[in-house]
Amino acid sequence: MKHHSVAAAALTLLFATATAAAGPGSLSAYSASGKSGQALPVIKETLVAPPDVPAAIHRDYPARVVVQLETKEVVKKIASGLNYDFWTFNGTVPGPLIRVREGDTVELHLRNDPSSHMTHNIDLHAVMGPGGGAAATMTPPGQESVFAFKAMRAGIYVYHCATPPVPMHIANGMYGMILVEPPQGLPPVAHEYYVMQGDFYTTTGYKYTGYTTGAHPTPLLAFDLQKMLKEQPTYVLFNGQEGSLIGDHALHAKVGDTVRLFVGDGGPNLTSSFHIIGQIFDDVQVEGGTLVNHNVQTTLIPPGGAVTVELKTLVPGTFLLVDHAITRAFMKGALGQLVVSGEPQPELYHKVSSGPAPADKAGAF
Amino acid sequence: MGRIAFAMLLALLGSPAYAVARYVKLPAGTFISALAAPNGGPQRVHVAAFWMRVEPATNGEFLAFVRAHPRWQRGRVLPLFAGPHYLAAWRGPLTLGREVRADGPVTQVSWFAARAFCAGEGARLPTWDEWEYAAAADATRRDARRDPARNAAILAAIQASTGSYPGAIGRHRADVYGVRDLNRLLWEWTDDYAAMFPSADSRNPGTGPSLALCGGSALAFFDRTQYALIMRVAALAALRPSEAAPRVGFRCVRNDGE
Ligand SMILES: [Cu+2]
Repeated sequence: MKHHSVAAAALTLLFATATAAAGPGSLSAYSASGKSGQALPVIKETLVAPPDVPAAIHRDYPARVVVQLETKEVVKKIASGLNYDFWTFNGTVPGPLIRVREGDTVELHLRNDPSSHMTHNIDLHAVMGPGGGAAATMTPPGQESVFAFKAMRAGIYVYHCATPPVPMHIANGMYGMILVEPPQGLPPVAHEYYVMQGDFYTTTGYKYTGYTTGAHPTPLLAFDLQKMLKEQPTYVLFNGQEGSLIGDHALHAKVGDTVRLFVGDGGPNLTSSFHIIGQIFDDVQVEGGTLVNHNVQTTLIPPGGAVTVELKTLVPGTFLLVDHAITRAFMKGALGQLVVSGEPQPELYHKVSSGPAPADKAGAF
Repeated sequence: MGRIAFAMLLALLGSPAYAVARYVKLPAGTFISALAAPNGGPQRVHVAAFWMRVEPATNGEFLAFVRAHPRWQRGRVLPLFAGPHYLAAWRGPLTLGREVRADGPVTQVSWFAARAFCAGEGARLPTWDEWEYAAAADATRRDARRDPARNAAILAAIQASTGSYPGAIGRHRADVYGVRDLNRLLWEWTDDYAAMFPSADSRNPGTGPSLALCGGSALAFFDRTQYALIMRVAALAALRPSEAAPRVGFRCVRNDGE
């Protein structure tokens, strides 16, 4: 197989070139008249950066949803005073949440930024077809690939780059999620947020002391292959950056709200023990499937997996999102904040007292 | 050990600066490819002695080539042989422009154009085996691929190279054969790349491991730690031979004894 005649190969590829000349444009033309002869209305998906989520779908009919993704290699902050060369979908880690309805046909355009070093592609776990789309979307820098699939199963799914070396493309941040709403839609909630955990492997470790904040240029951490092979990340992060969900970037809700979180794990290696300190998940869509579990403290999210979590924010305060493999939260960055504002709810939670132990009791010992 | 520089005079070239391409001889040898055999196991490859260009083809050399062969000029070439990105960084069909250095490696050339260039200097594109055999070396060893520090350095150099244009030729030591810049600078066309790497948009699903698929690409490599090489394979496999990419260039080889 390695030693095909070159002439034959050239011929095959000539043919490929000729057929490719029909190009992406023809795809839309084909779609305009489906098998049934009925054209699907075409909707251009509006994508937003995480942790935000596109608006809920209020449609009772299928559409052809056009999604525009661009693979980009961007140098961005990974932690305070430190940069990393992320490989991304649309410049963010994770890439934007794609939101469609079961029965929709998704026309996915994957552009690869001309300044990319690498070829990239996309494998969406919501796709039933070879490679989840990867086979149709190997895209060199400066080019665009288009493929279409029907979203046949409602759920919350991971997408990721599947170009070799796959572990490195994922370790550098090439993942995101696609939500396929059930035909009847999802119940309305006060807030929806989008969080993905990922493990990062950098040459210098967490809280590297060789930097000073404000150094110019900002130190650039490099990818460390050996650490990745040993599955010993230097960072475990929500949304690709230490502090991405902290302070000004915290998630917000009010007392009495229902909050829906779409939480995934890009990996490449670590399973998340996702927990919010001081909350109980009312509903967890286990493994992103149709099984719903209730009153869950910590839910497992494997790499390449996702869950939908719903909780009612009953008491005001700041609640920490963590990977409850807790070293990762304290020593590797897997920490976020959900800030709940509103009136105290003393009947649900209040502090009674603290101070020196009462003297009579203390004296008894 | 084959370090005699081989000077080739190129006919029809206007500028004497580009009239001579230096080649060095690589001895015959056997090595284990990082690519898996069809059964997934190791693949022992024998390579006959051949001569390889010390450096990749440059913009200046390619300009001389298209001057001498107008049918390969941008705007004149058949689209079947060179797509819309062909030499797109050049200011004009016969002008490099200020951003494009004459002594820098030429990129955005199609596989067809690279082959034609090599034929023009009495040479050809290397086979993948020849390229991989040569690129296994470092400055002191013919096969340095087991050295994690060497592999990490190559990977770091690739990651660190940013910007729209490839870096300059000759920034690193020549390898043990006298060849420069095989691993860090560019992805380089090989003659048989299309037949070797399962096509990205496979028309025959299920026939062997596909590089495009998440797990399929794992099956394609015997040595899965050669990340720089795996990137190279991915970069080439995604291209049709008429396509040109900003980081894809080439160098030529000649059979020994010709
Ligand atoms: Cu990628």
